[in-house]
Amino acid sequence: MWTPGDDMLAVQRGPEPGGAGGAYRAFGETLRGLKTTFARIAEGPHTIQYPEEKVPVYPRFRGRHKLHRFEDTKLEKCVGCSLCAAACPADCIRVVAAENTPENRVSAGERYAAVYEINLSRCIFCGYCEVACPFDAITMGHDYELSDYSRSDLIFTKEMLLAEPLERAPLRTEDE
Amino acid sequence: MIALVGYYEPWWIQILKGIVIFAVALQLVPVVLMAERKIMGRMQGRYGPNRVGPYGALQPLADILKLLTKEQFRPTTSVGFLFALAPLISILTAVAAFAIIPFGDVQDIFGTPVGLYGIDVSIGPLYLFALGAIAFYGIMLGGWASGSKYSFLGAMRGAAQLISYEVSQGLALVGVIFTAGTLSLTGIVHAQEGMWFIVPQFVGFLIFLVASFAETNRAPFDLTEADAELVGGYNTEYGGGRFASYYFAEYLNVLVVSGIVTTVFLGGWLLPFGIHPPGWVDPFVVLFKMSLVTFLFIWVRATLPRLRYDQLMSFGWKVLLPLATLNALVTAILVVATH
Repeated sequence: MWTPGDDMLAVQRGPEPGGAGGAYRAFGETLRGLKTTFARIAEGPHTIQYPEEKVPVYPRFRGRHKLHRFEDTKLEKCVGCSLCAAACPADCIRVVAAENTPENRVSAGERYAAVYEINLSRCIFCGYCEVACPFDAITMGHDYELSDYSRSDLIFTKEMLLAEPLERAPLRTEDE
Repeated sequence: MIALVGYYEPWWIQILKGIVIFAVALQLVPVVLMAERKIMGRMQGRYGPNRVGPYGALQPLADILKLLTKEQFRPTTSVGFLFALAPLISILTAVAAFAIIPFGDVQDIFGTPVGLYGIDVSIGPLYLFALGAIAFYGIMLGGWASGSKYSFLGAMRGAAQLISYEVSQGLALVGVIFTAGTLSLTGIVHAQEGMWFIVPQFVGFLIFLVASFAETNRAPFDLTEADAELVGGYNTEYGGGRFASYYFAEYLNVLVVSGIVTTVFLGGWLLPFGIHPPGWVDPFVVLFKMSLVTFLFIWVRATLPRLRYDQLMSFGWKVLLPLATLNALVTAILVVATH
């Protein structure tokens, strides 16, 4: 004969349904359910009214990319090395480099990015470009409202990525 | 004021009253629709519709406009005549049932005594159940004439459910009728001047309420619609104005049942503690009580999950029906013993 060992646990089961007791319990549980739903009214809605109210993002949130300049000289940090394009798993970055000349100095290094395009309709926001960049020229921003009417509008050029983005996504504060 | 039993107004007042009742019903339905979506939203931790107009107040209007401007179509397997007729039956019975709800006693309006109800039939609850029985055909014919399996399943469930719960609903009212000694709804209200029937007939009230949830096809007894299993039940194949008719009839039925509960159990236009306001207050008292009952309907819908089909049937036949019979029997014995 099989006997349960010491490691057996007694499973807590609810009372058997049916009968007068079951009907009484069902009535009680119904009232408890009604109380629960009524209490939600007092609690108030938890909805975030999206277009007017936005969920604040964390500082390390990976949103739309930004390209950076040096604060003092206003020269571009990007030297057109294409390491970001090489790291990109979605293959959405296109870089064409050109030489800096004394009359046309764009970046701090020898070369600069003549063309820098990110196709945001392909980007998967993995942040590998940010990791790959040796000069911190590209970082992930906080902007997540990226809808547009055509795919070609989602190819962001260097000027668009360099421009100061509109503050559209609120940043989460310390205590949130 | 003493009730004028068997009093009928001149024919032109009756026509006016018909128009007023239809207008009031037509105004109340969007309000209930909106209230349901708002209250259910709050109970689920969200706002409900709040984009169209101030606080979303124009949402029902937008919905109705959308439905009415849609194309009318029907499946090739459907039976055209019945397919068009079924929503009409639903809406007709709902509006006709609304006519017997008394909103007040007979009032003097510009020297003419006018009863604040569509018609004070001497067979009140029977009229209601007769119309309820015809209302089955709205659902049955609609589901069958659609020529679609989900509609048909919904209609069959609806028929079984309505038949089993109408018995309990009727028996729950029998106790009240014994106590009041009349079938006229205004007479039943007058019989409640000492005490509302919800106190001596509390069991009957509960049975009637539960059976009414089933009669109006509302949660937790909305097996006829059961969106999760049957797509939409009997109205799956309906769209546009015909669907709007079904929808209108459903919410009007909720209002009718609220009105009947108010009249039969909550003392109609009477106020507690012997307060006797002037006659024009009566309709507002009735509307207030109706809105409380309608709130209960919405509240229950937001709370309880849908019953399984066998649970529905066993609950109706094994719990409600014996309880209703017992209630009627005990009431009868008490009425005979005390008189």
